[in-house]
Amino acid sequence: MTTANNNQTPRLTVSNLSTSFPTEDGLVRSVADVSFSIQPGKTTALVGESGSGKSVTSLTLMRLLPKTANAQVSGSASFVTREGKTLDLLQIGEREMRSLRGNQLSMIFQEPMTSLNPVFTIGEQIAESVRLHKGLDRKAALAHAQRMLELVEIPAAAQRIHEYPHQLSGGMRQRAMIALAMACDPTLLIADEPTTALDVTIQAQILELMRRLQAETGMSILFITHNLGVVAHHADDVVVMYSGRVVESAPVRPLFAQPEHPYTQGLLACLPGKARQPGQPKPKRLFAIRGQVSSPLAPPPGCAFEPRCDLALAECSAAMPPLLDIRQGRQARCVRVQPDQTLARAA
Amino acid sequence: MQMPRMLRQLMHRRIVMVSALVLLVIAVLAIGAPLFASIDPNDTAVLERLKAPSAEHLLGTDELGRDLYSRIVHGARYSLAIAALTALGAVIAGTVLGLMAGFFRRLDAPLMRVVDAMMSFPDILLAIALVAILGPSLVNTVLALVLVYTPRVARVVRASTLVVRELLFVEAVRALGVRTSRILWRHILPNLMSPILVQVSFIFAYAILAEAGLSFLGVGVPPEIPTWGTMVAGSQQYAHQAFWVVLFPGLAIIFTALSLQLLGDGVRDLLDPKLKKGA
Repeated sequence: MTTANNNQTPRLTVSNLSTSFPTEDGLVRSVADVSFSIQPGKTTALVGESGSGKSVTSLTLMRLLPKTANAQVSGSASFVTREGKTLDLLQIGEREMRSLRGNQLSMIFQEPMTSLNPVFTIGEQIAESVRLHKGLDRKAALAHAQRMLELVEIPAAAQRIHEYPHQLSGGMRQRAMIALAMACDPTLLIADEPTTALDVTIQAQILELMRRLQAETGMSILFITHNLGVVAHHADDVVVMYSGRVVESAPVRPLFAQPEHPYTQGLLACLPGKARQPGQPKPKRLFAIRGQVSSPLAPPPGCAFEPRCDLALAECSAAMPPLLDIRQGRQARCVRVQPDQTLARAA
Repeated sequence: MQMPRMLRQLMHRRIVMVSALVLLVIAVLAIGAPLFASIDPNDTAVLERLKAPSAEHLLGTDELGRDLYSRIVHGARYSLAIAALTALGAVIAGTVLGLMAGFFRRLDAPLMRVVDAMMSFPDILLAIALVAILGPSLVNTVLALVLVYTPRVARVVRASTLVVRELLFVEAVRALGVRTSRILWRHILPNLMSPILVQVSFIFAYAILAEAGLSFLGVGVPPEIPTWGTMVAGSQQYAHQAFWVVLFPGLAIIFTALSLQLLGDGVRDLLDPKLKKGA
């Protein structure tokens, strides 16, 4: 049932990842001291609101931050390749990184409408990636592209490979994006809000598809989302981020059953289902976390969530609480949480 | 309500069609010049000088008795070749510069300031200055015109590159492990084809006019080479006795340049759905 405590080496282990951007008004720490891991064949969800550092985390891991941003990155990200080699994604050369991207490490984006090149056919775009990484010739690559489209359940794949992105609907385009990302059989897929731009029925289909592909290929998924419903159904482990820091991490069931951090509790209370209590005819007013994220340029001295927290104590504004191990596979960053003495060790 | 709109669109199409046809005829004549005009364009016949159009000399003869029709047809080869080479050179150079400036942000300011400086000169003045430095010849005329029109293309390409580079697909292909040079040439460049194509047709037209202007002013192609510009320039003082010596080469210039401009307009409207709706 719990998935974080098996003995396999994780596919990806991120430790103490920090990403900062120098701006005219000072250094902005978008990601601070983030650690998590993804097991082979499992899904880790990165959850948080806009600006919490989810996307910067994924772009840092893919090394896709624009050069002009002059990002300062520290920490490590140990990735176990298909061949069993362990590489630090943040240290390897650009050449080696490029050979991993699209091959062992793939990414799908939030906007299926603009993430395909409008002047090439779907088939050509998938074929390009296959030719690049697998060295197939044009014909074999196109045949592979067609198989990929069939795999992602695009009907009439033989015709679709010759169509341009604008000829496909949003849902079809996201399927094509997934086919593109999966073309070289990656071991880790980073999905940055892959369903946010789609309507609900299509969302469900895409998620089901991703789940099926994961079961078939055994890839790991880093799923970035702010949709807790999606997390509950599809993730094995959850990392909750707030203001660039991990505030809680846990296997999915214990997290939903018993959230430890007030922010996680607040997020779960925001779900519409929580407003309607069983046995009560009238639903309550939907809960909302008050206030808004503090500016990254002027972070509060203590816990980043303290200004919005209903359970804040005096000591909360004094210093940032550490991320503590609380129970098997669970961590939380809150002064109210009591660490488990038997398990306590450096995080 | 519906009729005028349809009519207008049809008219629009027809203008494009007619322009394309005119250009096709001129191009065919130029390519097959010896077939269509058997008289040597440089054959002088003093007794036949300044003859009005007749069966023997379709468009008459000039001050040295050379057949005007033959000279226009053969001259088309030079005029069109100069314009085509200018358009090609300017588009290639401008596209490379524009892509670099638009894609690599560090190159943007230095490159574009040079472009701005070059664009601050009037076209023909800059071309005259360049030919004056390089010396008048066929190659130098093309070179000067390429230098004059490159900044124009560079601006357009840079602006379009700035838009395309921000599209998500660029990040997506990067996430697929595609190298930067390939992203630039294989993924971004094809997305810029429509503004570039429009520039080709406009520069082609401008170059025909500019070459004629330069030759007319005596700083372009040497007068012994028959281009439409040198023909007008050489015969201008006889225009009051024999209007055809300047009229026919002038008409050739006008028809070609106008057709190219109209074709360029049509292509732009066709490629830009926003403009088409507004028209």
